[in-house]
Amino acid sequence: MFYREAGQFKTSYEADQQVFPILQDKIGIGAILIIGLVVVPLTGSDFMITSIMIPFLIFSLATIGLNILTGYAGQLSLGSGAFMGVGAYACYKLTTIFPDANLVVLVLLSGFFSAAIGMVFGLPSLRIKGLYLAVTTLAAQFFLEWCFIRVPWLYNYNASGAIEVPERTGFGGIILSGPAASPLTRYFLVLGLVILITIIMKNIVRGRVGRSWMMIRDMDIAAELIGVRPLVAKLSAFAVSSYVCGVAGALMVFSWLGAAEPAAFSINLSFQILFMAILGGLGSLVGSFMGAAFIWILPVLIRFGMPAVGIDIAAETVEHTTRMIVGALIIFFLIVEPHGLVRLWQIAKEKLRVWPFPYV
Amino acid sequence: MGVAMAALTGAWTAPAFAEDSIYIQMPTYRTGPYAGSGIPIANGMVDYLNMLNERDGGVGGVKLMVEECETGYDTQKGVECYEAAKAKGTVVFNPWSTGITLQVIPKAGVDKIPVLSMAYGLSAAAEGNTFPWVFNPPMTYWDGASGVIKYIADKEGGMDKLKGKKIGYIFLDAGYGREPIPLLEKFAGEFGFTLMQYPVPPKEMQNQSSQWLNVRRDQPDYMVMWGWGAMNPTAIKEATKIRYPMDKFIGVWWSGGEDDARAGGADAKGYKTLNFNAVGSEFQALSDIKAKLIDAGKSQTDAGKLGENLYNRGVVNSVIVAEAIRVAQEKTGKKVITGEDMRVGLENLKIDEARLKELGLEGFMAPMAISCGDHSGHNMMYVQEWDGEKWVKASEWFEPMTDVVKPMLAAAADEYKTKNAPWPERTEACAN
Repeated sequence: MFYREAGQFKTSYEADQQVFPILQDKIGIGAILIIGLVVVPLTGSDFMITSIMIPFLIFSLATIGLNILTGYAGQLSLGSGAFMGVGAYACYKLTTIFPDANLVVLVLLSGFFSAAIGMVFGLPSLRIKGLYLAVTTLAAQFFLEWCFIRVPWLYNYNASGAIEVPERTGFGGIILSGPAASPLTRYFLVLGLVILITIIMKNIVRGRVGRSWMMIRDMDIAAELIGVRPLVAKLSAFAVSSYVCGVAGALMVFSWLGAAEPAAFSINLSFQILFMAILGGLGSLVGSFMGAAFIWILPVLIRFGMPAVGIDIAAETVEHTTRMIVGALIIFFLIVEPHGLVRLWQIAKEKLRVWPFPYV
Repeated sequence: MGVAMAALTGAWTAPAFAEDSIYIQMPTYRTGPYAGSGIPIANGMVDYLNMLNERDGGVGGVKLMVEECETGYDTQKGVECYEAAKAKGTVVFNPWSTGITLQVIPKAGVDKIPVLSMAYGLSAAAEGNTFPWVFNPPMTYWDGASGVIKYIADKEGGMDKLKGKKIGYIFLDAGYGREPIPLLEKFAGEFGFTLMQYPVPPKEMQNQSSQWLNVRRDQPDYMVMWGWGAMNPTAIKEATKIRYPMDKFIGVWWSGGEDDARAGGADAKGYKTLNFNAVGSEFQALSDIKAKLIDAGKSQTDAGKLGENLYNRGVVNSVIVAEAIRVAQEKTGKKVITGEDMRVGLENLKIDEARLKELGLEGFMAPMAISCGDHSGHNMMYVQEWDGEKWVKASEWFEPMTDVVKPMLAAAADEYKTKNAPWPERTEACAN
C-alpha cells in the first residue's frame, strides 16, 4: 500500500536506469543520509560516534571491498585483513614522507598500493578457483602479516613495532588525525569517503566491468566464450577490491584506532570481514552495511546495553553472553535465509509491495 | 534501530554514578588465550579496591565505583573500553596490555585521563617530561632486562664473566616481547655476550616445539623469557622436555604465574622469574580481603588462589591506584577527584616502609616513589624460584642498572617525540 511503484512512469532511459528508480527508495535513502549526516552528529555521544559509528562505517567499507571480489566476481578471499594492513602501512609511510599533504588524498592514494599487491596475489586466480584460491589468499595474509612484523622500515623502526598516527591537519587547519582530532571530524571524514566510494562502486558493479565480474562468477567458460577476458576481469576485481580494503585499512588506523600493531591485521580481521559479507549477503552493497552492522554494532549494543538497562552481571559474563547471542543469531539467520540479511530485506520489500494482500 | 541506539547512548552519557563516588574502570580479561594470566590479576585488582570500600568506606571517605570492562587482550575492544571509560569519567585507565597502552598514550593527554601501565607498556614513558600522563611504576621492561643481566652476571661472578656467553631470549613476538630488545642488544655489545632471539608469534604460542628445537641446537648458557598468557606454561613444558637446565631459565615478572610453572610439574623446579611483589597471603590487607569479601561471597576469587603471585600483582596495581587517589585528595583538598587531580596524585606518589605497614602490607612490595620527571621510579626487584610447588624467594631485593637504563629511556623518549611530531610539550606544572 505504501511501498508500491504503481503510477511512477519512466519516460526516459535515464530515469529507467537510476540507482533508485522507485520514489519510496529515494525517500528511504534520503532519510538514512539525513540520519547519518545530521541526526547522528547532533545527538550521538562521543562514545557512540567513536566506538559504534566510525568502526561500523569502516567495516562496511572493507566488506564492500571483499564483496566486490567474493560476492560479485566469485573469487573467495581470506586476505582482506592483510590488504587492509597494506593500505594502513602505505598511508603511514606516505604521511611520514609527505607530512604536509592532505590526509584524505593520502588515504585515497594508499589504496593504490593495496591494489597493486592485491593484483599480484590475484594472479593465481587465473589458474585455480574456489577453496584452492582461498588457500593462496591465505598465503597472502600470512606473508603480508610477516612483512608487517619483520620489515622495520614499514613502521619507521619503532621499538614497539607498532604504527602510531601523527597529528595531521587539512582543509584550512582542521585536525584530521591524531589524538586531538575531534570525533566529529573523524566521523565526517570516514562518512564522506564511505559515501563517495559506495557511489563509485555501485556504478562500477552495474556497469560493463561489474557485469563482466558477475559473468565470470556465474560461469567463467561461458563468459570467456562471449568475449570477457578472464585475466582482465579477475585482476580488475582483485585490484578494485584491494583498493577499497586498503582505504578501509588506512581509515581504520588513522580515523579509528590511532595506532596499530601488526596483530590488528591478523587472520581474525579477514574472517570478521568475510563473516560480515556472508551474513549481510554476498553480491550486495546494502548487504555489506547490514552485515557490518550485525557483526559490529549488535555486540557493542549488547555489551554496553545490558548494564545500561539494569542487567547487572560481571564483565566477562557479558562477553560470554554476547558471543552466545551473536553466535546463535548468526546460525538462526543463515538457516532462515542462507543468502544473507539482504535477501530478508528483499523479501520484506516484496511483501510490502502487495500488502495488505498476500499476493497480487 | 537508530532510535534504540540513541536511547541507549543517552543512558550511557547520563551520570551512572553518584556524585560522592570516584569511578574507576578496570579493563580486564577473563576470556581468551590470555585469561590464564588475566583472571588472577583481575581478581586482585578488584578485590583490593572493594575491600577498601567495605572496610574503610573507600578512600578518604569516598566510595570507589569499580567496574570491569572485558578486553580479551584485544586492542579493538581495549579502545572501546577506553572510550566507554572516558564517557563515564574514569580517574585512571589501566590498559593491562602493551598494545592497548600504545593506543591510549597519545590520547591520554588530550582526554585528561592518566594511564597507569604498571611495569608494562612503553618503557620510554618513564620520562615524565615527555609523557606527563603516562605512568609505569615500579619499573620498566628495560629495568627488568637490566636486572636479568645483572642477576646472571652475579651468578657468573661479575660482568666481565659474561664475555663469550650465549644468552637466549624467547619472547612473545608483539610490542610487549620486542620492547627489551634494544637494551639487550646494547648489553650484548657492551659485555660481549651473544644474544640469540627466539620469537614466538602470538598465534603459535601454544606450539613452540620449533623454537625449543633451536634452543636445544644452540645450547645457550642462559634463557630469558618475555612471555604472557598461554605462552608461559607452554615454554616451561617445552623447556623441561628438552631437559634445559631450569635454574638457568629466567622469566620476566609476567612469566611468573603459579599456573605457568605448574605446567612443568616437578621438572620445572629451579625455574626463576623476576618479581616485585611478595607471594603468599600472610598480610593483613589480604586477610581483610578474605574476611570481608571472599568469606562473604562478594568476590570471584577462589579462596585457595588468594596470595598467588599474579593475584598479588593485581593488588599492587590497586594499591598504587588507591594511594594515588589519597595523595590527590590531600594535594587538591577535594574529596571527589578528577582525572587531572589523579595525575597529580600519581606524580607525587610515595609509598614508603611506614606507609606499607599502615596499609597492612609490610614487606609486600618494595617502597616506591614517583616524581615529576621520573614516572617509573626504577624501583627494586627480586628473583623468585619455583620449588616444584610454590614460588620461593631466591635473591635479595636489588636495583636495576638505572645508570644505563635512564639515558637510554631519555633517548627513546626523544625519538618517540620526533617520530610523533608534533608531540605536545608538557604544560602541566610539577606540583612537588
